[in-house]
Amino acid sequence: MEKFDVIVVGGGPAGLSAAISAAKAGVRTCVIERGDYPGTKNIMGGVLYTKSTEAVVPEFWREAPLERPVIEQRYGILSGDEIVSMAYRDPSWDQPPYNAHTVLRVKFDRWLAQQAEKAGALIITETVVEDLLYDGDEVIGVHTGRSEGDLGAKVVILAEGVNNFIAQKAGLAKPLKAENVAVAVKEIISLPTEKIEDRFCLEPGQGATIELFGDSTQGMVGTAFIYTNKDSLSIGVGALIKPLISAKWTPNDLLDALKAKPYVKRLLQGGEIKEYLAHMIPEGGYNAIPKLYRQGVMVVGDTAMFVNGLHREGSNLAMTSGKIAGEVAAQAIKIGDVSERSLNHYDDRVRDSFIIKDLHKYRKTGEFLESNPHLFKVYPEIASKAMKKFFTADETPKKEVQKQIMKMAFEKRSKRELLGDIFSAWRAFK
Amino acid sequence: MHYLICLKQVPDTSEVRIDPQTNTLMREGVPSIINPYDAHALEEAIRLKESFGGKVTIICMGPPQAKEALKKAMSFGADRAILLSDRAFAGSDSLATAYILTVAIQKISETDPVDIVFCGKEAIDGDTAQTGPGIAQRLGFPQLTYVIKIREINQGWITVERKTEGGLEVAKAKLPVLLTAEKELNDLSYASLPNMMKAAAYEPEVWDVKVLPSDLSQMGLKGSPTSVSRIFAPEAKSGGEILDGMKEPAIVAGNVVEKMFQQNMIMVDPLAKGGDDK
Repeated sequence: MEKFDVIVVGGGPAGLSAAISAAKAGVRTCVIERGDYPGTKNIMGGVLYTKSTEAVVPEFWREAPLERPVIEQRYGILSGDEIVSMAYRDPSWDQPPYNAHTVLRVKFDRWLAQQAEKAGALIITETVVEDLLYDGDEVIGVHTGRSEGDLGAKVVILAEGVNNFIAQKAGLAKPLKAENVAVAVKEIISLPTEKIEDRFCLEPGQGATIELFGDSTQGMVGTAFIYTNKDSLSIGVGALIKPLISAKWTPNDLLDALKAKPYVKRLLQGGEIKEYLAHMIPEGGYNAIPKLYRQGVMVVGDTAMFVNGLHREGSNLAMTSGKIAGEVAAQAIKIGDVSERSLNHYDDRVRDSFIIKDLHKYRKTGEFLESNPHLFKVYPEIASKAMKKFFTADETPKKEVQKQIMKMAFEKRSKRELLGDIFSAWRAFK
Repeated sequence: MHYLICLKQVPDTSEVRIDPQTNTLMREGVPSIINPYDAHALEEAIRLKESFGGKVTIICMGPPQAKEALKKAMSFGADRAILLSDRAFAGSDSLATAYILTVAIQKISETDPVDIVFCGKEAIDGDTAQTGPGIAQRLGFPQLTYVIKIREINQGWITVERKTEGGLEVAKAKLPVLLTAEKELNDLSYASLPNMMKAAAYEPEVWDVKVLPSDLSQMGLKGSPTSVSRIFAPEAKSGGEILDGMKEPAIVAGNVVEKMFQQNMIMVDPLAKGGDDK
């Protein structure tokens, strides 16, 4: 049986970042990926954050296959055919130090895998890891589905994605629950570059993102998004599986309904669907984080539930956790101690980073949003009705307009309910 | 025994479409794969190596990215892979390609004589089935095309089953020989993990015109008499008509026969005399 120092299970941003940092630290590293190559099975909305990526590959923007630097982030609340929206734009975000880029994962992950190879990691594709390999209680490698498929390792980093099969078998993670997982579907719609730049008011090469709430998910907890790529748009929608089941909506129908909204329709007009993708997103947050380590094993990325749905951040949490795990693994191997106590260092560092701090901050948000479904239905209606009254010039005196707005709002949500919502929102988001 | 496989990286034709306006192939975003017939040729060579010992060498002509196909091919258990890549090769048709591959095989044979050259019966992007026979002709090797089974290799002779139009032919030839493989030759096997690892770390050799002493006028566009005059997509077949035979089958059957007469699918022989005509 061939032996490595570190085996990484899964070639996504978390796994590849782990492999890069481990290999750079000088330990023999192998990534095992089930797809034809890293990227073929990897899906996200499409925003890659600069800071976390740069920590893994310095000045990655010079070479990496990126789509567009994001200079505008727009948030919209859909209600029927109406939309209330707000955006922030900073044109200087189109140059270093960028904030974020849109990417297509098939290209980007493949490139990131090449960086791992350059750093010295070996990447084995089209191979599924079926379980960890034990000697007594000690993890000594992995067992793959191929013949003569055992491979030795001092440390195994589990970056297997949302489907945490190996982490479950290792007793670290629990089976996924429908309330902790969202399902998202996405289409890549090709459009000429000039059309994209005209429709989103962008200079050549610049990019924008739109997140849509409210009717975009038919009032369920979730969001929709539209991101600009070089010559295509990524449009998608995701919602928690539990409300999808009880409301009997399929994600695909959600996407069709979204695409039919007047605001969205106009942005996509004339485009041709190039790809259709679907994926699960771990949205369990802080309370669903599994045990992150044991002797010889660490858990990173989606497998560790490292997703901040509210800020649509995931790839950065994945990459940072991967990088830390890779460094901790290399350090542990060098000092010859891969015991649970030694790998506890990974847990300390992740807890000390933005990853767990952010997830901790929003630890009550998920439950709050799920237990208050009206937030995604009633408030979008109030917002759009209020705006409509506010902007309509029908010779009603403005003081009267104000009164009407308040009256309308209180009809939909009583003063007591409003105060209650504000209070519990404050508690959930503080 | 030294087995040599000529392998081609091709676009996955199941995903290639033709632009209806310009009649050109839309290759953008189409994944590249090992030509499926070549994969069966490789599989057979690996099996022969496993039973009789020997060595498996793969050669492939193509652009630098064809290295990927060679690395993948190595995972099935081959020993050596060489990419023939040079701007001078670009635009070669089957005649020029056979020439370049032949020169490479001759060069390999200088130090390590080849006993069996394996090709796929054809490449799925061109469907010409000319390159294999072209190589055999230039090497002066007997050629056994459309092979579906190797029956025996014994005392310098090989016996195979060939697929022919509506039948099967058993043929025998003296080594060295060139075979072209049909899909029925074998079922592809799943590479072992050690072979996957060997392939992942393997870097194929790259030979260009400097390494391959050859006649530049016989390669690339200059050496290719073939010209493609037109590419077109065959017209899509219409869906046909479905008659519901569940109710009143006799009437439906009558309708079918009537339609067949109308479409001239059945003709009445004017000379035939009906049995009960009076």
